[in-house]
Amino acid sequence: MPQRTHTISGPDAPAEQSSSTGQILGLLWLAATLVVLVIGFRQAIFIAPTEATMGNMQRIFYYHVPLAILGLIFPYVNFGASVAYLILRRRNPLSALTADALALASAEVTVVYVSLCLATGMLWGRAAWGIWWAWDARLTSLLLLWLLYVAYLLTRRLSLSGETSTVGAVISVFAAIDVPIVYMSIQWWRTQHPAPVLTGEGSLDHSMYVAFGWNVLGWAMWGIFLIAFRFALERRRQLQQQELALSVLEASLEPIQPRFTQEPPNAL
Amino acid sequence: MNYLHHVLTHLRKDLRLEWRSRDAINGMLFFSLLVVVIFSMAFDPTAAASRQIAGGILWVALLFASITALNQGWAREVRNHVLDAQRLTPAPASALFLGKALANLIFVSAVELVLAPLFVIFYNLHALGEGWMMFLVLPLGTWALVCNGTFFAALGLRTRNRELMLPLVLFPISLPALLAMIQATTAILTGESDPELWVKMLFGYNVVFTTVCLLLFDIVLNAE
Repeated sequence: MPQRTHTISGPDAPAEQSSSTGQILGLLWLAATLVVLVIGFRQAIFIAPTEATMGNMQRIFYYHVPLAILGLIFPYVNFGASVAYLILRRRNPLSALTADALALASAEVTVVYVSLCLATGMLWGRAAWGIWWAWDARLTSLLLLWLLYVAYLLTRRLSLSGETSTVGAVISVFAAIDVPIVYMSIQWWRTQHPAPVLTGEGSLDHSMYVAFGWNVLGWAMWGIFLIAFRFALERRRQLQQQELALSVLEASLEPIQPRFTQEPPNAL
Repeated sequence: MNYLHHVLTHLRKDLRLEWRSRDAINGMLFFSLLVVVIFSMAFDPTAAASRQIAGGILWVALLFASITALNQGWAREVRNHVLDAQRLTPAPASALFLGKALANLIFVSAVELVLAPLFVIFYNLHALGEGWMMFLVLPLGTWALVCNGTFFAALGLRTRNRELMLPLVLFPISLPALLAMIQATTAILTGESDPELWVKMLFGYNVVFTTVCLLLFDIVLNAE
Protein backbone atom coordinates (compact mmCIF):
# COMPACT_ATOMS: atom_id res chain seq x y z
CA MET A 1 0.00 0.00 0.00
CA PRO A 2 2.64 2.63 0.91
CA GLN A 3 4.33 1.81 -2.39
CA ARG A 4 1.27 2.86 -4.36
CA THR A 5 0.91 6.18 -2.55
CA HIS A 6 4.53 6.81 -3.35
CA THR A 7 4.04 6.26 -7.08
CA ILE A 8 1.06 8.60 -7.09
CA SER A 9 2.84 11.39 -5.22
CA GLY A 10 6.00 10.87 -7.29
CA PRO A 11 4.99 12.55 -10.56
CA ASP A 12 2.98 15.09 -8.56
CA ALA A 13 6.05 16.99 -7.35
CA PRO A 14 7.21 18.37 -10.76
CA ALA A 15 3.58 19.05 -11.69
CA GLU A 16 3.22 21.17 -8.57
CA GLN A 17 6.40 23.02 -9.42
CA SER A 18 5.28 23.76 -12.97
CA SER A 19 1.87 24.90 -11.71
CA SER A 20 3.54 27.34 -9.28
CA THR A 21 5.71 28.79 -12.08
CA GLY A 22 2.53 28.95 -14.13
CA GLN A 23 0.89 30.91 -11.32
CA ILE A 24 3.80 33.37 -11.15
CA LEU A 25 3.72 33.82 -14.94
CA GLY A 26 -0.04 34.31 -14.78
CA LEU A 27 0.26 36.96 -12.07
CA LEU A 28 2.99 38.79 -14.02
CA TRP A 29 0.82 38.64 -17.15
CA LEU A 30 -2.16 39.96 -15.20
CA ALA A 31 -0.10 42.83 -13.78
CA ALA A 32 1.18 43.76 -17.26
CA THR A 33 -2.37 43.56 -18.62
CA LEU A 34 -3.69 45.88 -15.93
CA VAL A 35 -0.90 48.39 -16.63
CA VAL A 36 -1.67 48.36 -20.35
CA LEU A 37 -5.41 48.71 -19.67
CA VAL A 38 -4.78 51.70 -17.40
CA ILE A 39 -2.62 53.35 -20.08
CA GLY A 40 -5.32 52.53 -22.64
CA PHE A 41 -8.00 54.08 -20.42
CA ARG A 42 -5.97 57.27 -19.92
CA GLN A 43 -5.24 57.53 -23.66
CA ALA A 44 -8.86 56.91 -24.65
CA ILE A 45 -10.58 59.13 -22.09
CA PHE A 46 -8.13 61.98 -21.42
CA ILE A 47 -5.56 62.23 -24.20
CA ALA A 48 -7.23 61.27 -27.50
CA PRO A 49 -8.76 64.33 -29.23
CA THR A 50 -12.51 64.85 -29.08
CA GLU A 51 -14.22 63.74 -32.26
CA ALA A 52 -15.62 66.57 -34.43
CA THR A 53 -19.27 65.58 -34.88
CA MET A 54 -19.97 63.02 -32.16
CA GLY A 55 -17.99 64.61 -29.33
CA ASN A 56 -17.05 62.57 -26.29
CA MET A 57 -19.55 59.89 -27.22
CA GLN A 58 -17.10 58.64 -29.84
CA ARG A 59 -14.71 57.51 -27.08
CA ILE A 60 -16.69 54.29 -26.68
CA PHE A 61 -15.14 53.39 -30.04
CA TYR A 62 -11.85 52.62 -28.21
CA TYR A 63 -13.63 49.81 -26.37
CA HIS A 64 -16.24 48.73 -28.89
CA VAL A 65 -13.90 48.12 -31.84
CA PRO A 66 -11.14 46.21 -29.97
CA LEU A 67 -13.81 43.99 -28.40
CA ALA A 68 -15.32 43.38 -31.85
CA ILE A 69 -11.95 42.53 -33.41
CA LEU A 70 -11.03 40.16 -30.59
CA GLY A 71 -14.52 38.67 -30.51
CA LEU A 72 -13.93 37.73 -34.15
CA ILE A 73 -10.43 36.30 -33.50
CA PHE A 74 -11.19 34.04 -30.53
CA PRO A 75 -13.66 31.85 -32.50
CA TYR A 76 -10.69 30.84 -34.68
CA VAL A 77 -8.93 29.55 -31.55
CA ASN A 78 -12.06 27.58 -30.76
CA PHE A 79 -12.24 26.20 -34.30
CA GLY A 80 -8.54 25.27 -34.37
CA ALA A 81 -8.75 23.53 -31.00
CA SER A 82 -11.92 21.67 -32.04
CA VAL A 83 -10.33 20.41 -35.26
CA ALA A 84 -7.26 19.36 -33.23
CA TYR A 85 -9.58 17.50 -30.87
CA LEU A 86 -11.30 15.65 -33.71
CA ILE A 87 -7.95 14.64 -35.21
CA LEU A 88 -6.32 13.60 -31.93
CA ARG A 89 -9.42 11.99 -30.42
CA ARG A 90 -8.44 8.42 -31.30
CA ARG A 91 -4.69 8.75 -31.63
CA ASN A 92 -3.86 10.62 -28.47
CA PRO A 93 -6.87 11.02 -26.17
CA LEU A 94 -4.95 12.89 -23.46
CA SER A 95 -3.71 15.73 -25.65
CA ALA A 96 -7.15 15.73 -27.32
CA LEU A 97 -8.59 16.61 -23.90
CA THR A 98 -6.15 19.55 -23.68
CA ALA A 99 -7.41 20.78 -27.05
CA ASP A 100 -10.98 20.42 -25.83
CA ALA A 101 -10.25 22.51 -22.74
CA LEU A 102 -8.81 25.23 -24.97
CA ALA A 103 -11.89 25.07 -27.23
CA LEU A 104 -14.23 25.49 -24.27
CA ALA A 105 -12.19 28.35 -22.76
CA SER A 106 -12.02 30.29 -26.03
CA ALA A 107 -15.73 29.79 -26.73
CA GLU A 108 -16.66 31.19 -23.33
CA VAL A 109 -14.41 34.22 -23.74
CA THR A 110 -15.81 34.73 -27.26
CA VAL A 111 -19.32 34.94 -25.82
CA VAL A 112 -18.17 37.42 -23.16
CA TYR A 113 -16.37 39.66 -25.67
CA VAL A 114 -19.16 39.59 -28.24
CA SER A 115 -21.74 40.33 -25.52
CA LEU A 116 -19.70 43.35 -24.39
CA CYS A 117 -19.26 44.45 -27.99
CA LEU A 118 -23.03 44.26 -28.57
CA ALA A 119 -23.71 46.13 -25.33
CA THR A 120 -21.27 48.97 -26.07
CA GLY A 121 -22.62 49.10 -29.62
CA MET A 122 -26.16 49.50 -28.29
CA LEU A 123 -25.09 52.33 -25.96
CA TRP A 124 -23.46 54.10 -28.88
CA GLY A 125 -26.40 53.42 -31.19
CA ARG A 126 -28.87 54.90 -28.69
CA ALA A 127 -26.83 58.11 -28.56
CA ALA A 128 -25.83 58.37 -32.23
CA TRP A 129 -28.76 56.87 -34.13
CA GLY A 130 -31.42 57.39 -31.45
CA ILE A 131 -32.23 53.67 -31.43
CA TRP A 132 -30.80 50.82 -29.37
CA TRP A 133 -30.76 48.33 -32.18
CA ALA A 134 -30.94 48.28 -35.97
CA TRP A 135 -31.15 45.14 -38.11
CA ASP A 136 -28.15 46.21 -40.09
CA ALA A 137 -25.54 43.91 -41.60
CA ARG A 138 -22.80 44.10 -38.99
CA LEU A 139 -25.09 44.09 -35.98
CA THR A 140 -27.09 41.15 -37.27
CA SER A 141 -24.06 39.07 -38.20
CA LEU A 142 -22.42 39.72 -34.83
CA LEU A 143 -25.67 38.79 -33.09
CA LEU A 144 -25.73 35.54 -35.07
CA LEU A 145 -22.12 34.85 -34.10
CA TRP A 146 -23.17 35.33 -30.48
CA LEU A 147 -26.16 33.01 -30.93
CA LEU A 148 -23.96 30.32 -32.51
CA TYR A 149 -21.51 30.28 -29.64
CA VAL A 150 -24.20 30.42 -26.99
CA ALA A 151 -25.78 27.41 -28.73
CA TYR A 152 -22.36 25.73 -28.64
CA LEU A 153 -22.01 26.26 -24.90
CA LEU A 154 -25.61 25.22 -24.19
CA THR A 155 -25.21 22.01 -26.17
CA ARG A 156 -22.07 21.17 -24.29
CA ARG A 157 -24.04 21.64 -21.10
CA LEU A 158 -26.87 19.40 -22.33
CA SER A 159 -24.72 16.62 -23.77
CA LEU A 160 -24.04 13.30 -22.08
CA SER A 161 -20.95 13.50 -19.90
CA GLY A 162 -18.69 11.22 -21.96
CA GLU A 163 -19.60 12.78 -25.29
CA THR A 164 -19.43 16.49 -24.51
CA SER A 165 -16.13 17.05 -26.30
CA THR A 166 -17.11 15.32 -29.53
CA VAL A 167 -20.53 16.98 -29.72
CA GLY A 168 -18.92 20.34 -28.99
CA ALA A 169 -16.18 19.91 -31.58
CA VAL A 170 -18.68 18.96 -34.31
CA ILE A 171 -20.85 21.98 -33.58
CA SER A 172 -17.79 24.21 -33.49
CA VAL A 173 -16.85 23.10 -37.03
CA PHE A 174 -20.40 23.87 -38.21
CA ALA A 175 -20.34 27.27 -36.52
CA ALA A 176 -16.99 28.17 -38.06
CA ILE A 177 -18.26 27.30 -41.54
CA ASP A 178 -21.50 29.13 -40.91
CA VAL A 179 -19.91 32.43 -39.84
CA PRO A 180 -18.59 33.55 -43.28
CA ILE A 181 -21.88 32.45 -44.92
CA VAL A 182 -23.85 34.43 -42.35
CA TYR A 183 -21.62 37.45 -42.94
CA MET A 184 -22.06 37.39 -46.73
CA SER A 185 -25.78 36.70 -46.68
CA ILE A 186 -26.43 39.55 -44.31
CA GLN A 187 -24.21 41.87 -46.33
CA TRP A 188 -26.54 41.22 -49.24
CA TRP A 189 -29.53 41.70 -47.01
CA ARG A 190 -28.84 45.23 -45.75
CA THR A 191 -26.32 47.67 -44.39
CA GLN A 192 -26.49 50.71 -42.10
CA HIS A 193 -23.41 50.50 -39.86
CA PRO A 194 -20.72 53.22 -40.18
CA ALA A 195 -18.20 52.26 -42.86
CA PRO A 196 -15.19 50.37 -41.51
CA VAL A 197 -12.71 52.97 -40.34
CA LEU A 198 -9.60 50.81 -40.52
CA THR A 199 -10.03 49.13 -43.91
CA GLY A 200 -12.90 50.90 -45.63
CA GLU A 201 -13.82 54.43 -46.74
CA GLY A 202 -14.04 55.77 -43.18
CA SER A 203 -10.90 57.34 -41.75
CA LEU A 204 -9.34 57.70 -38.31
CA ASP A 205 -7.20 60.66 -37.27
CA HIS A 206 -3.60 59.72 -36.63
CA SER A 207 -3.70 60.87 -33.00
CA MET A 208 -6.56 58.46 -32.32
CA TYR A 209 -4.53 55.45 -33.41
CA VAL A 210 -2.38 55.62 -30.24
CA ALA A 211 -5.34 55.25 -27.90
CA PHE A 212 -6.86 52.62 -30.16
CA GLY A 213 -3.61 50.61 -30.29
CA TRP A 214 -3.20 50.56 -26.48
CA ASN A 215 -6.77 49.38 -26.03
CA VAL A 216 -6.49 46.63 -28.63
CA LEU A 217 -3.33 45.41 -26.92
CA GLY A 218 -4.84 45.66 -23.43
CA TRP A 219 -8.04 43.83 -24.26
CA ALA A 220 -6.14 41.18 -26.23
CA MET A 221 -3.91 40.56 -23.18
CA TRP A 222 -6.96 40.47 -20.91
CA GLY A 223 -8.70 37.99 -23.25
CA ILE A 224 -5.62 35.76 -23.37
CA PHE A 225 -5.43 35.90 -19.57
CA LEU A 226 -9.09 34.89 -19.26
CA ILE A 227 -8.66 32.03 -21.74
CA ALA A 228 -5.54 30.77 -19.96
CA PHE A 229 -7.25 30.98 -16.57
CA ARG A 230 -10.35 29.16 -17.77
CA PHE A 231 -8.15 26.64 -19.57
CA ALA A 232 -6.23 25.89 -16.37
CA LEU A 233 -9.50 25.49 -14.47
CA GLU A 234 -10.91 23.11 -17.06
CA ARG A 235 -7.65 21.11 -17.10
CA ARG A 236 -7.83 20.80 -13.33
CA ARG A 237 -11.40 19.52 -13.58
CA GLN A 238 -10.38 17.01 -16.28
CA LEU A 239 -7.42 15.74 -14.23
CA GLN A 240 -9.64 15.41 -11.17
CA GLN A 241 -12.12 13.39 -13.20
CA GLN A 242 -9.34 11.17 -14.51
CA GLU A 243 -8.03 10.57 -11.01
CA LEU A 244 -11.53 9.73 -9.82
CA ALA A 245 -11.97 7.27 -12.69
CA LEU A 246 -8.60 5.75 -11.87
CA SER A 247 -9.42 5.33 -8.19
CA VAL A 248 -12.75 3.69 -9.06
CA LEU A 249 -10.87 1.35 -11.38
CA GLU A 250 -8.37 0.55 -8.66
CA ALA A 251 -11.13 -0.04 -6.12
CA SER A 252 -12.69 -2.56 -8.47
CA LEU A 253 -9.36 -4.40 -8.59
CA GLU A 254 -9.00 -4.41 -4.80
CA PRO A 255 -10.60 -7.84 -3.97
CA ILE A 256 -8.06 -9.59 -6.15
CA GLN A 257 -5.12 -7.83 -4.51
CA PRO A 258 -5.16 -9.46 -1.01
CA ARG A 259 -5.22 -12.93 -2.48
CA PHE A 260 -1.92 -12.28 -4.24
CA THR A 261 -0.28 -10.76 -1.20
CA GLN A 262 -1.51 -13.49 1.09
CA GLU A 263 -0.32 -16.38 -1.01
CA PRO A 264 3.46 -16.00 -0.68
CA PRO A 265 3.48 -16.36 3.19
CA ASN A 266 1.34 -19.53 2.85
CA ALA A 267 3.83 -20.97 0.38
CA LEU A 268 6.69 -20.21 2.72
CA MET B 1 -22.62 1.87 -57.24
CA ASN B 2 -22.27 -0.10 -54.04
CA TYR B 3 -22.61 3.10 -51.99
CA LEU B 4 -25.74 4.03 -53.91
CA HIS B 5 -27.14 0.60 -53.13
CA HIS B 6 -26.62 1.17 -49.39
CA VAL B 7 -28.26 4.59 -49.57
CA LEU B 8 -31.26 3.16 -51.43
CA THR B 9 -31.63 0.36 -48.90
CA HIS B 10 -31.73 2.85 -46.02
CA LEU B 11 -34.13 5.07 -47.95
CA ARG B 12 -36.45 2.18 -48.76
CA LYS B 13 -36.47 1.10 -45.10
CA ASP B 14 -37.37 4.60 -43.88
CA LEU B 15 -40.07 5.02 -46.52
CA ARG B 16 -41.60 1.66 -45.62
CA LEU B 17 -41.59 2.51 -41.92
CA GLU B 18 -43.29 5.81 -42.62
CA TRP B 19 -45.79 4.22 -45.01
CA ARG B 20 -46.87 1.80 -42.28
CA SER B 21 -47.15 4.32 -39.44
CA ARG B 22 -47.57 7.71 -41.21
CA ASP B 23 -46.58 9.38 -37.94
CA ALA B 24 -44.19 11.96 -39.31
CA ILE B 25 -46.24 13.21 -42.27
CA ASN B 26 -49.56 13.40 -40.43
CA GLY B 27 -47.98 15.21 -37.50
CA MET B 28 -46.12 17.68 -39.70
CA LEU B 29 -49.11 18.36 -41.91
CA PHE B 30 -51.48 19.15 -39.10
CA PHE B 31 -48.86 21.15 -37.21
CA SER B 32 -47.99 23.36 -40.17
CA LEU B 33 -51.68 23.84 -40.95
CA LEU B 34 -52.19 25.09 -37.40
CA VAL B 35 -49.25 27.47 -37.74
CA VAL B 36 -50.73 28.88 -40.96
CA VAL B 37 -54.11 29.45 -39.32
CA ILE B 38 -52.58 31.01 -36.19
CA PHE B 39 -50.39 33.40 -38.18
CA SER B 40 -53.33 34.36 -40.35
CA MET B 41 -55.34 35.23 -37.24
CA ALA B 42 -52.43 37.01 -35.58
CA PHE B 43 -51.70 39.32 -38.51
CA ASP B 44 -55.07 39.42 -40.33
CA PRO B 45 -53.26 40.54 -43.50
CA THR B 46 -54.60 42.30 -46.58
CA ALA B 47 -53.74 40.87 -50.00
CA ALA B 48 -50.71 43.14 -50.46
CA ALA B 49 -49.42 42.57 -46.93
CA SER B 50 -49.93 38.83 -47.15
CA ARG B 51 -47.72 38.74 -50.23
CA GLN B 52 -45.00 40.36 -48.13
CA ILE B 53 -45.26 38.02 -45.16
CA ALA B 54 -46.44 34.73 -46.72
CA GLY B 55 -42.89 33.65 -47.63
CA GLY B 56 -41.75 34.05 -44.06
CA ILE B 57 -44.76 32.26 -42.61
CA LEU B 58 -44.48 29.36 -45.07
CA TRP B 59 -40.87 28.67 -44.14
CA VAL B 60 -41.32 29.20 -40.42
CA ALA B 61 -44.24 26.75 -40.47
CA LEU B 62 -42.15 24.21 -42.39
CA LEU B 63 -39.17 24.72 -40.09
CA PHE B 64 -41.21 24.08 -36.95
CA ALA B 65 -43.03 21.18 -38.54
CA SER B 66 -39.86 19.49 -39.76
CA ILE B 67 -38.37 19.71 -36.24
CA THR B 68 -41.14 17.40 -35.00
CA ALA B 69 -40.44 14.85 -37.72
CA LEU B 70 -36.65 14.99 -37.55
CA ASN B 71 -36.57 13.92 -33.92
CA GLN B 72 -38.92 11.02 -34.60
CA GLY B 73 -36.73 9.77 -37.43
CA TRP B 74 -33.86 8.90 -35.12
CA ALA B 75 -36.04 7.89 -32.19
CA ARG B 76 -37.13 4.96 -34.37
CA GLU B 77 -33.54 3.82 -34.69
CA VAL B 78 -32.91 3.99 -30.97
CA ARG B 79 -35.77 1.66 -30.10
CA ASN B 80 -34.62 -1.97 -29.79
CA HIS B 81 -30.99 -0.83 -30.21
CA VAL B 82 -31.29 -0.63 -33.99
CA LEU B 83 -28.70 2.14 -34.03
CA ASP B 84 -26.13 -0.11 -32.35
CA ALA B 85 -26.75 -2.66 -35.08
CA GLN B 86 -26.29 0.08 -37.67
CA ARG B 87 -22.92 0.90 -36.14
CA LEU B 88 -21.83 -2.72 -36.51
CA THR B 89 -22.64 -2.93 -40.21
CA PRO B 90 -19.73 -2.57 -42.61
CA ALA B 91 -21.78 -0.10 -44.71
CA PRO B 92 -20.42 3.48 -44.64
CA ALA B 93 -22.03 5.64 -41.95
CA SER B 94 -22.71 8.47 -44.38
CA ALA B 95 -24.96 6.15 -46.43
CA LEU B 96 -27.22 5.82 -43.39
CA PHE B 97 -27.27 9.60 -43.03
CA LEU B 98 -27.94 10.22 -46.71
CA GLY B 99 -30.74 7.65 -46.77
CA LYS B 100 -32.44 9.22 -43.78
CA ALA B 101 -31.97 12.77 -45.05
CA LEU B 102 -33.48 11.81 -48.42
CA ALA B 103 -36.41 10.15 -46.66
CA ASN B 104 -36.97 13.30 -44.61
CA LEU B 105 -36.73 15.36 -47.81
CA ILE B 106 -39.51 13.26 -49.31
CA PHE B 107 -41.69 13.62 -46.19
CA VAL B 108 -41.31 17.39 -45.97
CA SER B 109 -41.84 17.75 -49.73
CA ALA B 110 -45.08 15.77 -49.42
CA VAL B 111 -46.21 18.20 -46.72
CA GLU B 112 -45.29 21.12 -48.99
CA LEU B 113 -47.36 19.70 -51.83
CA VAL B 114 -50.44 19.86 -49.60
CA LEU B 115 -49.52 23.06 -47.82
CA ALA B 116 -48.67 25.22 -50.85
CA PRO B 117 -52.19 25.16 -52.39
CA LEU B 118 -53.69 25.80 -48.95
CA PHE B 119 -51.43 28.80 -48.61
CA VAL B 120 -52.59 30.18 -51.93
CA ILE B 121 -56.20 29.81 -50.79
CA PHE B 122 -55.88 31.12 -47.22
CA TYR B 123 -53.72 34.13 -48.09
CA ASN B 124 -55.31 34.91 -51.49
CA LEU B 125 -51.93 34.70 -53.15
CA HIS B 126 -50.93 34.87 -56.74
CA ALA B 127 -47.28 35.33 -57.58
CA LEU B 128 -46.40 38.63 -59.24
CA GLY B 129 -42.88 37.40 -60.03
CA GLU B 130 -41.84 34.25 -61.85
CA GLY B 131 -43.90 31.56 -60.14
CA TRP B 132 -41.99 28.66 -61.65
CA MET B 133 -38.94 29.66 -59.61
CA MET B 134 -40.77 28.27 -56.57
CA PHE B 135 -40.10 24.79 -57.95
CA LEU B 136 -36.42 25.61 -57.51
CA VAL B 137 -36.66 27.38 -54.16
CA LEU B 138 -38.86 24.79 -52.43
CA PRO B 139 -36.60 21.73 -52.91
CA LEU B 140 -33.41 23.70 -52.29
CA GLY B 141 -34.80 25.25 -49.11
CA THR B 142 -36.23 21.97 -47.90
CA TRP B 143 -32.92 20.21 -48.40
CA ALA B 144 -31.12 22.97 -46.46
CA LEU B 145 -33.46 22.39 -43.50
CA VAL B 146 -33.58 18.62 -43.72
CA CYS B 147 -29.89 17.92 -44.30
CA ASN B 148 -28.67 19.88 -41.28
CA GLY B 149 -31.74 18.88 -39.31
CA THR B 150 -31.12 15.16 -39.80
CA PHE B 151 -27.50 15.66 -38.80
CA PHE B 152 -28.25 17.59 -35.63
CA ALA B 153 -31.07 15.24 -34.68
CA ALA B 154 -28.47 12.45 -34.76
CA LEU B 155 -26.17 14.64 -32.68
CA GLY B 156 -29.09 15.14 -30.30
CA LEU B 157 -29.03 11.42 -29.52
CA ARG B 158 -25.87 12.24 -27.57
CA THR B 159 -27.62 14.76 -25.33
CA ARG B 160 -29.89 14.54 -22.34
CA ASN B 161 -32.64 16.70 -23.76
CA ARG B 162 -33.09 15.70 -27.37
CA GLU B 163 -36.24 17.68 -28.20
CA LEU B 164 -34.74 20.91 -26.90
CA MET B 165 -31.28 20.49 -28.34
CA LEU B 166 -32.30 20.18 -32.01
CA PRO B 167 -33.84 23.66 -32.43
CA LEU B 168 -31.12 25.19 -30.23
CA VAL B 169 -28.45 24.23 -32.73
CA LEU B 170 -30.42 23.97 -35.97
CA PHE B 171 -31.93 27.48 -35.85
CA PRO B 172 -28.70 29.48 -35.56
CA ILE B 173 -26.86 27.32 -38.09
CA SER B 174 -29.63 27.50 -40.68
CA LEU B 175 -30.39 31.20 -40.28
CA PRO B 176 -28.54 32.19 -43.48
CA ALA B 177 -30.43 29.50 -45.41
CA LEU B 178 -33.71 30.59 -43.84
CA LEU B 179 -32.97 34.18 -44.82
CA ALA B 180 -32.26 33.09 -48.39
CA MET B 181 -35.45 30.98 -48.65
CA ILE B 182 -37.65 33.73 -47.26
CA GLN B 183 -36.07 36.46 -49.40
CA ALA B 184 -36.34 34.33 -52.55
CA THR B 185 -39.97 33.42 -51.84
CA THR B 186 -40.91 37.02 -51.06
CA ALA B 187 -39.14 38.19 -54.22
CA ILE B 188 -41.13 35.69 -56.28
CA LEU B 189 -44.46 36.56 -54.64
CA THR B 190 -44.08 40.33 -54.81
CA GLY B 191 -42.10 40.46 -58.08
CA GLU B 192 -40.23 43.50 -56.72
CA SER B 193 -36.73 42.03 -56.81
CA ASP B 194 -34.78 39.25 -58.44
CA PRO B 195 -34.63 35.97 -56.45
CA GLU B 196 -31.62 34.73 -58.44
CA LEU B 197 -28.97 35.79 -55.91
CA TRP B 198 -30.80 34.05 -53.07
CA VAL B 199 -31.33 30.86 -55.08
CA LYS B 200 -27.61 30.79 -55.84
CA MET B 201 -26.81 31.36 -52.19
CA LEU B 202 -29.15 28.57 -51.14
CA PHE B 203 -27.45 26.28 -53.61
CA GLY B 204 -24.00 27.17 -52.25
CA TYR B 205 -25.20 26.66 -48.68
CA ASN B 206 -26.55 23.22 -49.57
CA VAL B 207 -23.33 22.14 -51.27
CA VAL B 208 -21.17 23.26 -48.35
CA PHE B 209 -23.28 21.80 -45.57
CA THR B 210 -24.11 18.53 -47.33
CA THR B 211 -20.38 17.96 -47.71
CA VAL B 212 -19.67 18.77 -44.06
CA CYS B 213 -22.53 16.56 -42.85
CA LEU B 214 -21.35 13.61 -44.93
CA LEU B 215 -17.77 14.02 -43.71
CA LEU B 216 -18.61 14.39 -40.02
CA PHE B 217 -21.46 11.91 -39.69
CA ASP B 218 -19.12 9.02 -38.96
CA ILE B 219 -17.82 10.90 -35.90
CA VAL B 220 -21.35 11.54 -34.64
CA LEU B 221 -22.50 7.95 -35.10
CA ASN B 222 -19.49 6.51 -33.34
CA ALA B 223 -19.01 9.19 -30.68
CA GLU B 224 -18.32 7.98 -27.20
